[in-house]
Amino acid sequence: MAAQVPALPAIRLTWWIDDPRIRRMLLRLFAAALAVFIGIPLLTLVLWSFAGEWFWPNLIPSQWSLRWWQEVLENPRVTNAMFLSFTIAPVVTLLTALVAIPAGYAFARLDVPFRRTLLLLFLIPNAFPRIGLYVSLAVLYYQIGLIDTYWGIVFLHMIGTMVYMTWITTATFRSIDPHLEEAARDAGASPLRAFFSVVLPLAMPGIIVASLFSFLASVDEAQGTLIVGTPHYITMPVLLYTLISSFQRPVAAVFSVLLALPSLLLLIVAQRYLHSEYVAAGLGRV
Amino acid sequence: MAEVDLRGVSKGYKDTTAVDDLSLHIKDREFVALLGPSGCGKTTTLRMLAGFIRPDSGQILIDGRDVTDVPPERRPTAMVFQSYALWPHMTVADNIAFGLRLRRLPKSEVDDRTARMLEVVGLPGVMRRYPSQLSGGQQQRVALARALVLGPKILLLDEPLSNLDAKLRVRMRDEIRRIQQELQITTVYVTHDQEEALTMADRIAVMNKGILQQVGDALDIYDRPATAFVADFIGSSNLLSGTLRLGGTSAVAQVGEARVPVEADGLPDGAAVTVSARPEDMEVLRAPAPDAFRLEDPRLVNFGAYKRLLGRHPAFGQLEARVPKAFALGKEPVYLRFTRARAFTSDEGDRS
Repeated sequence: MAAQVPALPAIRLTWWIDDPRIRRMLLRLFAAALAVFIGIPLLTLVLWSFAGEWFWPNLIPSQWSLRWWQEVLENPRVTNAMFLSFTIAPVVTLLTALVAIPAGYAFARLDVPFRRTLLLLFLIPNAFPRIGLYVSLAVLYYQIGLIDTYWGIVFLHMIGTMVYMTWITTATFRSIDPHLEEAARDAGASPLRAFFSVVLPLAMPGIIVASLFSFLASVDEAQGTLIVGTPHYITMPVLLYTLISSFQRPVAAVFSVLLALPSLLLLIVAQRYLHSEYVAAGLGRV
Repeated sequence: MAEVDLRGVSKGYKDTTAVDDLSLHIKDREFVALLGPSGCGKTTTLRMLAGFIRPDSGQILIDGRDVTDVPPERRPTAMVFQSYALWPHMTVADNIAFGLRLRRLPKSEVDDRTARMLEVVGLPGVMRRYPSQLSGGQQQRVALARALVLGPKILLLDEPLSNLDAKLRVRMRDEIRRIQQELQITTVYVTHDQEEALTMADRIAVMNKGILQQVGDALDIYDRPATAFVADFIGSSNLLSGTLRLGGTSAVAQVGEARVPVEADGLPDGAAVTVSARPEDMEVLRAPAPDAFRLEDPRLVNFGAYKRLLGRHPAFGQLEARVPKAFALGKEPVYLRFTRARAFTSDEGDRS
């Protein structure tokens, strides 16, 4: 009666993954490749920024110097640009968070009509060549008097950061069990109280990651800022562009290191935070 | 005092009716189980009691006060969720104290009540732990403590034991019943597990497809099911469909060529009926007798404490009888007799 089903031979193209030795080797290879592709250019930058004299074919500079650092840090254009960058980025991040966190929550929890369409709408600025968008934005800015202003730059940066924030927070809020919120309501919390006591703390890791991306994106933005911010509002990456075109390589290196520092610091902070206990316990689903 | 009154409550989603014109009165200090298969509307009913879902029509009264439009935070109800829904970023103590702090009680009282409630649920000494550091059973107790600490008038439980293993489930079952008795709290308990409902509840409300089928104690529901659905859902039953034939004081159901004596309260002659008979209401005979039917292809299934005799009959289809564990099949034929069978109108068919 019961037909004998012959056992099919297992065909797997990934057999080598099962071998721990091969797997370990591949992992090491991958780590090494990462180090080479990311680490070496960064290291070169650091070396260049401290180089007094560095000629071919020396592997490291033959003379060390803080000259370039001094030159950069004593240049008022540079310090102004740094100051500007680090006053724009927090404001951009804060404003983005103020809009994106409620939006993300609404997308995740409420029955927003055309939810998918709206979420895709946020991506539209990324679908076109940025430069075209910036030029038309500059035209608009001329008309409403936002060109060459602080807020003009802030709003321009927000076009990009809104995407990260809204998408990441939507995903974060959606991963939090709605019952957790209901349990808070049940215990006597108003909807707002339930949000601040339960949902927001649980969403914090996602919000922090999103804020981090926003902050870095803002510090990094050069194209648009160059178009709508010149001549009075020169941020660090805009200034870096001018430095690169004037071929002062060590100065550019110092500058790049300066630009990379906030990212590095923020990543270290974020990693510490993201490893805290309750995040490890899983986002809401216990 | 805490009574609940559901009056003609209905709730529908896009194209389905989750709860259909449900009326149920729950007395003070009563433990009522809402029992039914998944999708029967029992959880929707519970969530309407808690205030998470607003009924489309009907009223919900707690102690005579209409709470239909009252949000969950202002209802005297407390819910234990199926997933426990403990806040993972708070310690056990903070989880339990959350509601107390919202009520701005002095710190000493908050601490006092929290500790006392943990003792009630039998879980002292875990205050500083996080929910993820507790076992499923412990999380369950914390969820119960969190609900009870606010002194709710009504305790609502949504399949609280379904995530526990079988042994623990039985223990927690007794534990919840003990705590309910100790605190004398009106309780509504949602479950799809009839054993839980039968052992824990004072009264059981059986639901199917949004419709309340029957409300009664364990004996009512088991011995005097109101509909064919209840007869089939609670315990197990042999179900046959036939036509009712009334004659004087006796009633029989005509099933194909065969006739089965039935109890049929108030059903008219000639009605299409579903006949239900419990496996323990089947008498097993070794020799032919009037009213007895020969069982074809008999076979035994061993349940340890008893055995089940399964087989077929040309008119009835599959039949099942409960037999003592010493029962054995020989070469000779076996016969079954219906000692007690109930007839239900088949119009209930589309309800079940």
